[in-house]
Amino acid sequence: MNPANPVNPANPAGATPPPPLLRAERLSVRFRLRDSIVQAVTDASFELRPGRLLTLVGESGCGKSVLAAALLGLLPGNAEIRGAVRLDTPDGPLELTTAPERTLARRVRGRKVALVPQSAATALTPVRTVRAQLTETLRALRPDVDDRDREADRLAETVGLAPAALDRYPHELSGGMAQRAVLTLALAGDPDVILADEPTSGLDRPLVDHTMDALRALADDGRAILLITHDIAAAERAATDLAVMYASRIVEQGPAGDMFADPLHPYTRALLDATPGRGFRPLPGHPPNLSALPSGCAFRARCPERETCTDDPALAPVTPRRSLACARPRVPAARAEEPAEDAC
Amino acid sequence: MLTATGLVAGYRRGPDVLPGISISLAPGRVIGVQGPSGCGKSTLIRVLALLHPPRAGRLELDGDPVHRFRHAAPAAQRRRVGVIFQHPRAAADPRHTLRRIVAAHLPADAPAGEADRLSDLVGLTPDLLDRRPHEVSDGQLQRACLARTLGSDPRYLLCDEMTAMLDASSAATLVHLIRTQTDEGRRGALLVSHDPALLDATCDDVIHWNDLTAAAPRSPGTPTI
Repeated sequence: MNPANPVNPANPAGATPPPPLLRAERLSVRFRLRDSIVQAVTDASFELRPGRLLTLVGESGCGKSVLAAALLGLLPGNAEIRGAVRLDTPDGPLELTTAPERTLARRVRGRKVALVPQSAATALTPVRTVRAQLTETLRALRPDVDDRDREADRLAETVGLAPAALDRYPHELSGGMAQRAVLTLALAGDPDVILADEPTSGLDRPLVDHTMDALRALADDGRAILLITHDIAAAERAATDLAVMYASRIVEQGPAGDMFADPLHPYTRALLDATPGRGFRPLPGHPPNLSALPSGCAFRARCPERETCTDDPALAPVTPRRSLACARPRVPAARAEEPAEDAC
Repeated sequence: MLTATGLVAGYRRGPDVLPGISISLAPGRVIGVQGPSGCGKSTLIRVLALLHPPRAGRLELDGDPVHRFRHAAPAAQRRRVGVIFQHPRAAADPRHTLRRIVAAHLPADAPAGEADRLSDLVGLTPDLLDRRPHEVSDGQLQRACLARTLGSDPRYLLCDEMTAMLDASSAATLVHLIRTQTDEGRRGALLVSHDPALLDATCDDVIHWNDLTAAAPRSPGTPTI
């Protein structure tokens, strides 16, 4: 089999992959409640590299959004973070989990790491035009820009929004236009890293596809993107890399093409089989409550192979580019793996 | 049979949203209506569910014409159609437990334990029933909304983008529950969605919105969609 794969312009085959812009190592988040502790994220490790779009998928309530909030220091006061998140900056690496609020607010949010929020229409201020909000953001994040109106038009064109739409109020925009308007706000500070948290929920399929293509174009442009979604079809369209999260843990991770073609973890397979295009088979049972996780593999209660499995698995590499957390490890089918490239 | 003939509907003094739509739904069938956002699918559901009076056209429930809508609709007709909405959070009272939400549409003479039976039917475990909406996922809350709708034993289930906010697994679960409900031939379901893959995998028939409206006689005031 010819191992030729689509060459990513920012990461041509053969060249050394660029260093990650953001690297999370064993990131864990706990919420302390009155009578319980919620394990929202457990030991998440991943890298965001320029030119790559890492998509994090999983069922509602598995901890995906908490992970994004943790990267930006936007967690509520009762959250406890462990692990490390290193952001590459011109002044050397910056540890985000311990950075003071002042540093996050003045140097990181919007400037280095931008967030595309979940509900575009409600993220905009209803009483001001998009242009007013965008030029205000430009003034705050990039005071060196002289002609803010022209820069706003340029940003709008980047994401496929007609500049005239900037002069409308949010309620005058369709769902897809509001989505693109929010994307221009995220791009205003020229960030290296973009976190998109469920940017397409409630949009119809053509708009989802459009948003995914816009995000992928930003990645191809050299940005590093983390997309969080429960929409498997959207993930399949845009992702270069995929991470599957179940009950606070990443259970499988690797290049998106390989994982869609040959999912290894029983949960990944079940999740893909639940999509309309691949059988539409529902998973039995419910995801576990994050404040009362069972010991060992949290998926065991719903796993079709639970009879023959007892161990507590940790995420471990199965090939140079794929890793898996399952006590019954398996190797990918005899598909030609891509030529050795650093694991993502 | 739920039969609509030439339904025209709109809001206040605005243009017609439904330009004269005819559609029918028989028990035992699952019909899908596919169309883009904002085309009028939800308005169709609202009229068929007796929640919005049409400007013109005829609506028949099992042979009886429907003359009155919303709170004026006779209870016997109202209970024959059940709706499942897109946003379960907006459709459930945040102050109530799931058990109370599920029991909301049960008739006064329902046997004890009927709410538990319905909850079990949609796959809600007993520990979830004492929780309030903010303590469960969207998928679990949508299951509760389906159980509530089944409480009035409706003959027609109208599902308005029921799975748009849900993850793949919850969506598959809900759709299978709807199929199971219609398989015995006692209930029919109408699913409106913008997702062709979902409808093709679920429905006996899928009608495209453009085909529904193309059949309608176009009046000069009818907006193009």
